[in-house]
Amino acid sequence: MPTVAIPSLMRNLTDGEDIVSVKGNTLREIINNLENRYPGTKEKLCDGDRIHPSVNVYINGVLTRTAMHDHVDEDAELHFLPAISGG
Amino acid sequence: MSENKEYKVIGTRPIRHDGVDKVTGRAIYGADFQITGLLHGRVLRSPHAHAKIVSIDTSRAEALPGVKGIVTAQDLPAAEDKMADLGEGAVNLKYLCDNILASDKALYKGHAIAAVAATNPHIAGEACTLLDVEYEVLPPVLEVRQAMEPDAPILHDNIRTSSLGETGEKPSNVASHLQHKKGDIEKGFTEADVVIEREFVTGTVHQGYIEPHNATALYNPDGQLTVWCSTQGAFTVREQLAEILQYPISKIKVVPLEIGGGFGGKINVYIKPVAALLAKKTGKPVKVLMNRADVFEGTGPTPASYLTIKIGATNDGKITAAQTSLAFEAGAYPGSPVGAGAMCVFAPYNIENVLIDGYDVVVNKPKTAPYRAPGATNAAFGTETVIDELAETLNMDPLEIRLKNGAKEGDRRADGPVFPRIGFIETIEAAQEHPHYTSSNGKKHHGRGVASGFWFNIGLESSVTISVNPDGTVNLVEGSTDIGGTRASIAMQAAEVLGIPAESVNPTVVDTNSIGYTAVTGGSRTTYATGYAAYEAAQDVVKQMKARAAKLWDVDEDNIQFADGEFSSINGKEEQISFRDLSAKLSQTGGPVVGRATMNPAGAGGAFATHVVDVAVDEETGKVEILRYTATQDAGKAIHPSYVEGQIQGGVVQGIGWALNEEYIYNDEGEMTNASFLDYRMPTCLDLPMIDAVIVEVPNPGHPYGVRGVGEVPIVPPPAAIANAIYDAIGVRMTELPMSPDRILKALGKI
Repeated sequence: MPTVAIPSLMRNLTDGEDIVSVKGNTLREIINNLENRYPGTKEKLCDGDRIHPSVNVYINGVLTRTAMHDHVDEDAELHFLPAISGG
Repeated sequence: MSENKEYKVIGTRPIRHDGVDKVTGRAIYGADFQITGLLHGRVLRSPHAHAKIVSIDTSRAEALPGVKGIVTAQDLPAAEDKMADLGEGAVNLKYLCDNILASDKALYKGHAIAAVAATNPHIAGEACTLLDVEYEVLPPVLEVRQAMEPDAPILHDNIRTSSLGETGEKPSNVASHLQHKKGDIEKGFTEADVVIEREFVTGTVHQGYIEPHNATALYNPDGQLTVWCSTQGAFTVREQLAEILQYPISKIKVVPLEIGGGFGGKINVYIKPVAALLAKKTGKPVKVLMNRADVFEGTGPTPASYLTIKIGATNDGKITAAQTSLAFEAGAYPGSPVGAGAMCVFAPYNIENVLIDGYDVVVNKPKTAPYRAPGATNAAFGTETVIDELAETLNMDPLEIRLKNGAKEGDRRADGPVFPRIGFIETIEAAQEHPHYTSSNGKKHHGRGVASGFWFNIGLESSVTISVNPDGTVNLVEGSTDIGGTRASIAMQAAEVLGIPAESVNPTVVDTNSIGYTAVTGGSRTTYATGYAAYEAAQDVVKQMKARAAKLWDVDEDNIQFADGEFSSINGKEEQISFRDLSAKLSQTGGPVVGRATMNPAGAGGAFATHVVDVAVDEETGKVEILRYTATQDAGKAIHPSYVEGQIQGGVVQGIGWALNEEYIYNDEGEMTNASFLDYRMPTCLDLPMIDAVIVEVPNPGHPYGVRGVGEVPIVPPPAAIANAIYDAIGVRMTELPMSPDRILKALGKI
């Protein structure tokens, strides 16, 4: 099942866990299941039913523009990092 | 990805396709652009760094003969306090609009207040002096630590510190806080035999592009808005205009003209919406040009910053823990590159225990804009200086300690992601083996320093079409504005696929109506991502051409091979035809062939660099002279080595300027006192030796030719490398940028 790296500023919601395995075939399912297990996490990552504009999603170390309904591989590792831009 | 093999076109050095236009002066830049009935716009800017705008009276200016229109923030649609997605990132729409024309407060000296369109630029300028603006002057906040004080004057009453969804209770200049944490930082420092902690300060620095911002706008009676301009991304200009003007994106066409440098500073818009507003108001085309003072005072520099760096290591040089606090000035509105700085600060090293805190802080300076590896240079100045001090303390060679701790494939960054195949170690080894590093440097007051740097690079969207001409050449249409030779590097990737010379590809950068969406030329993405799109579009051409050959020979398409520019049949017949000859038969085999591709590639791969510099320090004057400079960098695969070398040299030179001379100098009222190239001292060729650029090639698995972006990382190591060289020369650790003569003399205790 996919693993989610928990941002350090959210680990107060996950009992200090930094990497957790979460069921789900899409980003939406993964975030909803994360929320069910650790209430309050979705609010930090999402603006309504989309990823918050200030958050970037990395899947297997690669910045993606994954939509909430896009398929996520079973062995994927997800990171949520601040949105940035280059020069 | 291909092996790092020999290619026919890639790795060669053809003359750039736009070279003749550039050297003959025929290339059309924004200031050159002319259109019938043109009016000229001029922007009135705030004389105060922090002030409430009480009133604006335009009546005297309107009465001046030749004045055709005046706009203020009242002419902008009411902007909502909401986030707008502009492709490369999200911005607060109200902040975006207020930075174009201030609505209630002027937040920096140079903040645009109003604009005039007139029949010539002189009348427009004179009219600006007749605009009566009443200000209530407020105390400015000009430095990040001052802005973070609890009793600091507040720039925005609505800003509360945001920390991943948590919001502070009272107004603050600290717009946001971010954090990355890996391992157990306390345990890591406990395991260290040596711990070094230092503070660093960096100044406000401008990108210093030679061509000032410009824009010409025209509203057709049918509502079509066209903007001709200098930009790093026509599509992001279109997006910003649509949001700022609240105008349908389908009715906006942005035409990118040639660009005289950008380095990140020509992604944000400033006068383009102003030109559009004036054009709408007057019904005429309006051109707005900035002068150099406008550029310095009215456009985004890269932030000043304050950082602490703490690193611990064992006696054998193994780094056990690293901690930093990065406070970056965002300028007048939130959005500094502290996030990127936090991603890069310790990225070159595989460290088990890391804690990174970052703070985005508003101050009364122009809103910052991206500048070559934004945030990474500030961060590396601290990290690489402390690494140097660690090496000295542990009696280790400074490259050896980097080699011992250098990140490799499979290592996890502090911010989470795991590195794919990267070439950091190879850049260190290249520096170690270089004759520069193996030569002696023992003269009095001469010193040698080294430093490394990382930039993550990005992918994002690119579109390319390729149409085949009857003479075997092709026309390649792209949406990436060409800052540093990317017409050539993109064309070469298509040529390699098609088996034709680079000169047989005619690349053209077109407007937003003429190609699919293409993200900005930034993030070191263009040769990587648009080149990838050119590769795929060329593959599409090959596929279609195979079908034509099959038709010609009456065989199945699966029986057609293509190699080295020749199509052949593998059906037992000895049929063969060149790309050129088949191109001449397209009309007989079905008509035109047009290949296309849109890409959003996800494997940009990281870029690493390691630099070696020798300096001489004059202890009487404090002047630092660069004697020799060698920059090694992993380019993945250098498509056009001359332009890779050019990017490395250019980045190094800008880094040297940042290190030694460049800074905004403010008085107590928040006025920049050196807003000209005479007083804002950028290095010239007379100040510098030839920069020796050493290209290391560790192919990027995320690109068919192994390309990595090269444009940004070369600016990252220079300030730290030079600081370390200065220490080697005179025994003083410099912790503030720029390391200008006065600071050198202060550090020596001479003034």
